[in-house]
Amino acid sequence: MKRKRSIGLAFAAGALFATGLAVGGMTNPSKVRSFLDFAGVWDPTLLFVMGGAVTVYFTLHRFVLKRGAPLFDTRFHLPTRRDIDARLIADAAIFGVGWGLGGYCPGPGIASSMTGAVGPVVFVVAMIVGMWIQRRIEFSVAHSAGEASANQVVIECARRPS
Amino acid sequence: MMFHTTNAVLGLAGGALIGVAAALYLATHGRIAGISGIVSGVLERAADWRPRLAFIVGLAATGALLALAAPTLFERPTSSLPIVAGAGLLVGFGTRLSNGCTSGHGVCGTSRLSLRSIAATLTFIATGAITVAVTHRVGGAQ
Repeated sequence: MKRKRSIGLAFAAGALFATGLAVGGMTNPSKVRSFLDFAGVWDPTLLFVMGGAVTVYFTLHRFVLKRGAPLFDTRFHLPTRRDIDARLIADAAIFGVGWGLGGYCPGPGIASSMTGAVGPVVFVVAMIVGMWIQRRIEFSVAHSAGEASANQVVIECARRPS
Repeated sequence: MMFHTTNAVLGLAGGALIGVAAALYLATHGRIAGISGIVSGVLERAADWRPRLAFIVGLAATGALLALAAPTLFERPTSSLPIVAGAGLLVGFGTRLSNGCTSGHGVCGTSRLSLRSIAATLTFIATGAITVAVTHRVGGAQ
């Protein structure tokens, strides 16, 4: 019963999210690209979408966090990192280029993927491939760099009396 | 500049709905409603992949329903398909790496006053703007 409610409410959150995106004009790629077109005929609509979303989420999330724990989990899982590193900026930059090229970010791409148009389907499939490629690279880098640290773990474990 | 009051009101209303949806996800599942993060959690079979998948299905199914009710809300991309595919690759690669997209960093992170998210948001808006400016000059992606 609890699992059903958990699935149902996650579905409802996704449904509300899609409605917000569509009403706000985010599922219209040329509108999104017009927002990014500061040098051309700039369309500020997306600024209102972000403003509305940030205002509401800023207010609501404070009340939600006061509850101590979410409905279907024992605790909140919130990002704790606060440092700004080169990797974050480089990767956000890569995302921005893709966003500007297609006019889609992940949410609107997925929300448009079952509307019968080919473009968003191509976008979502390519996005998943992109995530997969990134994971492969990260894995191989971690693997080759990991040899040394793995040895270190063994040493650490050997040192520590259990 | 292209400013219509209707667009601004619809933008605010749509944004408010997004904020409510993200807060609902936080209240029920305790996580940031960042779409790229939710998708990669499904792909990597995270412990909570079922509600993540339900969120994604809700997103796609509602999009399909709304497109039937109001087709003009869902315009096709103006860029050619190979460009859209390249865009998807970059979006997937970049968001997986920086742990966030427009929703995760732009909405949730910014609301939480996370410096990381604010920096990421400013960065992707900047490179997105440069990309649009360049493609308009070159004209290739039109």
